[in-house]
Amino acid sequence: MLPDSHVPGGPLADQWDNHRFDIKLVNPANKRKFKILVVGTGLAGASAAATFGELGYDVEAFTYHDSPRRAHSIAAQGGINAAKNYRSDGDSIFRLFYDTIKGGDYRSREANVYRLAQVSVDIIDQMVAQGVPFAREYGGLLANRSFGGAQVSRTFYARGQTGQQLLLGAYQQMMGQVATGKVKLHTETEMLDLVVKDGAARGIICRDLTTGEISSHSGHAVVLATGGYGNVFYLSTNAMACNVTAIWRAHRKGAYFANPCYTQIHPTCIPASDEFQSKLTLMSESLRNDGRIWVPRNHDETRRARDIPEAERFYYLEEKYPSFGNLVPRDVASRNAKTVVDQGLGVGPLKNGVYLDFADAINRDGRQAIEERYGNLFDMYERITGEDPYSTPMRIYPATHYTMGGLWVDYNLQTTIPGLFCAGEANFSDHGANRLGASALMQGLADGYFVLPYTIGNYLAPLLGEDPLSIDDPAFIEGEAGVQGRVQQFLSIGGSRSPEYFHRELGKIIWEHIGMERNAEGLEKAIGEIQALRGEFWKDVRVLGNNESLNSSLEKAGRIADFFELGELMARDALDRTESCGGHFRAESQTPEGEAKRDDENFAHVSAWEWNGPDTPQTKHREELEFNEVELTQRSYK
Amino acid sequence: MSKQLNLTLNVWRQAGSEAPGRFETYKASGIPDDASFLEMLDIVNEGLITQGELPIEFPHDCREGICGTCGVMINGRAHGQEKGTATCQLHMRKFSDGDTIVIEPWRAAAFPVVRDLVVDRSPLDRIVEAGGYVTAPTGTAPDANEIPIPKEVAESSMDAAACIGCGACVAACPNSAAQLFTSAKLWHLNSLPQGQPERFRRTEAMVETMEQFFGSCTNHGECTEACPKEISQDFIAYMNRDYITSKVANRKMASRH
Repeated sequence: MLPDSHVPGGPLADQWDNHRFDIKLVNPANKRKFKILVVGTGLAGASAAATFGELGYDVEAFTYHDSPRRAHSIAAQGGINAAKNYRSDGDSIFRLFYDTIKGGDYRSREANVYRLAQVSVDIIDQMVAQGVPFAREYGGLLANRSFGGAQVSRTFYARGQTGQQLLLGAYQQMMGQVATGKVKLHTETEMLDLVVKDGAARGIICRDLTTGEISSHSGHAVVLATGGYGNVFYLSTNAMACNVTAIWRAHRKGAYFANPCYTQIHPTCIPASDEFQSKLTLMSESLRNDGRIWVPRNHDETRRARDIPEAERFYYLEEKYPSFGNLVPRDVASRNAKTVVDQGLGVGPLKNGVYLDFADAINRDGRQAIEERYGNLFDMYERITGEDPYSTPMRIYPATHYTMGGLWVDYNLQTTIPGLFCAGEANFSDHGANRLGASALMQGLADGYFVLPYTIGNYLAPLLGEDPLSIDDPAFIEGEAGVQGRVQQFLSIGGSRSPEYFHRELGKIIWEHIGMERNAEGLEKAIGEIQALRGEFWKDVRVLGNNESLNSSLEKAGRIADFFELGELMARDALDRTESCGGHFRAESQTPEGEAKRDDENFAHVSAWEWNGPDTPQTKHREELEFNEVELTQRSYK
Repeated sequence: MSKQLNLTLNVWRQAGSEAPGRFETYKASGIPDDASFLEMLDIVNEGLITQGELPIEFPHDCREGICGTCGVMINGRAHGQEKGTATCQLHMRKFSDGDTIVIEPWRAAAFPVVRDLVVDRSPLDRIVEAGGYVTAPTGTAPDANEIPIPKEVAESSMDAAACIGCGACVAACPNSAAQLFTSAKLWHLNSLPQGQPERFRRTEAMVETMEQFFGSCTNHGECTEACPKEISQDFIAYMNRDYITSKVANRKMASRH
């Protein structure tokens, strides 16, 4: 049974206010008696840990990085949305809410999304106060730009490094709390299991990545803010260490996993150049504001891009979607790129990309203007490809970028395990089946700064006077033994192939069958292939070295083991959801024009999967989605 | 098809901070020149694992030049010879077939080796902890447009805030000084209106924490040269000015007590 989602009653616009009044409070003097463990120190984790510390809670924060400033939030380029309406161009909280619901293809919870839009304005205030050097106009006020999928200018940015600047803001705020002693920071520490006793989360089991020491940490509540699982695809724009382990371990302990098949493919990445490619690099979506996307009309085109005459270029987005053109949402842009490449119209040595051409923009605005807007991105492109995008169009292709699925949470961001909360990309909550550009930073900070600090008190208040579970309790001792056993198992298999090999092979299966386009036959095949590869992994993986020092192969083996189980669940979820919606495109469910076709009658729900033990398929639970404020329409960007 | 390179690598191997280190020589054959430097190491590591040898541990994560995790000495230069480029963004097309490449960890007493090419840079976090923030508890902020900030000021602050905290400045410095890192954080915050109330308290605390771990600056300028974000040495001058002022300003505040 799925627990109640705790969406408050009353009109949408009043729900968060009402809820904040209704929930239980912890007296300021009592906050220090509660210990909160925060796992992950990206935007969501760092902002939550900092705020908990300021409120007076006793906080411990965990990151597997050598410093919290390394979290992958840092790589977000384009910006952060907020319904400030500083441009007076018709933006409002309701419009941001509406755009997010519609952009998510009507697969998110209205109440959560409305709250996100409400607190978006506070985030900008908070980050400016933290010293984030957002872009400004000459008059000294904040600058904005429009961003993929939006018809208003509501995106705040700091050059092409918005994620970096926001993360540094949250990280610095947290370090201020570390200095006061309110937050205890554990770096190079990876969470490898969750401890649950009497139905509630009590703590975590960690491994020190430099010494191999396994340790227990106990608290009144645990917050997972450990990011997304895009690396299940092997090639993605995620950092190399990004993984699903923390939330997967929690899933195995009873937290339901929601909508795992909702993965986002970002349309503007640099295509792979060879088999050894280790990751794909994203080029900010803001480039689509000025770049025109095209492929040659001729299948056997061999001329250089600039020698191909206008009439022989196929500006497929502009032709197909005259009103949005190159600014259609990410899933639409990605699928269309796949279509033209599959037709054999791709460009580049491996014919695996499409052109993103700035020639018109440079003619119109001058090279200097383009340099000011995108200089750092153009430099990055040139460093990676050796090609100059001022004179030759960029080559781009979609790549996995973000995962909308994650642990199921209620309105309080609590999972199905009491005392276990989940924030940021790791939860499933706000983006439905597709995330709009510049909304990930917004959600991470909303959860950490403005939601959890209220809702966690509601859980903690009744626990006043109770000590956290002793780490000598059998639950912790068993947890440590389990982690220790798994580590020894990896080290003793003594097979012939590296963890990297298995990851790459798994990624190929996932990209092929659970990528941009899915169908029943492919998904069933994927399940079989993943199971077979997983069997091989447990027999034949080679992890050298020992547990007692830095051993990245050992770390990686554990993460891949969890990716295998997740990959299978993604396939099952995608198979079950016979409709297309957002980032989930089932070939069997499309309009005559080839657009995603939803099935609202049968699938206007969240699929939350319950773990039933290894080698047993999960059980699906449904949270029906109710839409009172928006009318469900077929998305159209024509 | 991209070109392929055959290289000889001299790599520093060290089992732990207390263990003795040594150079080991490896052949890196058939490396595609489109590969990044770190992908070249991936290929070498796959070969080592196949042979049953421990792979080379090296620091890396985002591989797009922003997280600041990566960084090794390449032929004696922090992040290698390409200007304004982190190790992960350096590509093999910048090398020639037959090259010998010497690869070492960051060299600085404050950054002990964890294993092979991985070092412990936690003293940089201690500097930030000492004052590299604006105290503005969540929820207390005024409207974001309440305080206009001249565009030039925001841009200058951003120039400093672009630091990725990789530690190349320390590794490149003959004195292992962290002045560039510290001054970049200071200018990021000290140049903004929001950073003024704590300006001198911050400067004094961060500089003095820095000095507990790192050497002193003698204006060699190697830091800016090695910096993947090309952070300007000017910030060090601004830091020195603020540090002197802080000694007076902070004393005055104390005398009121």
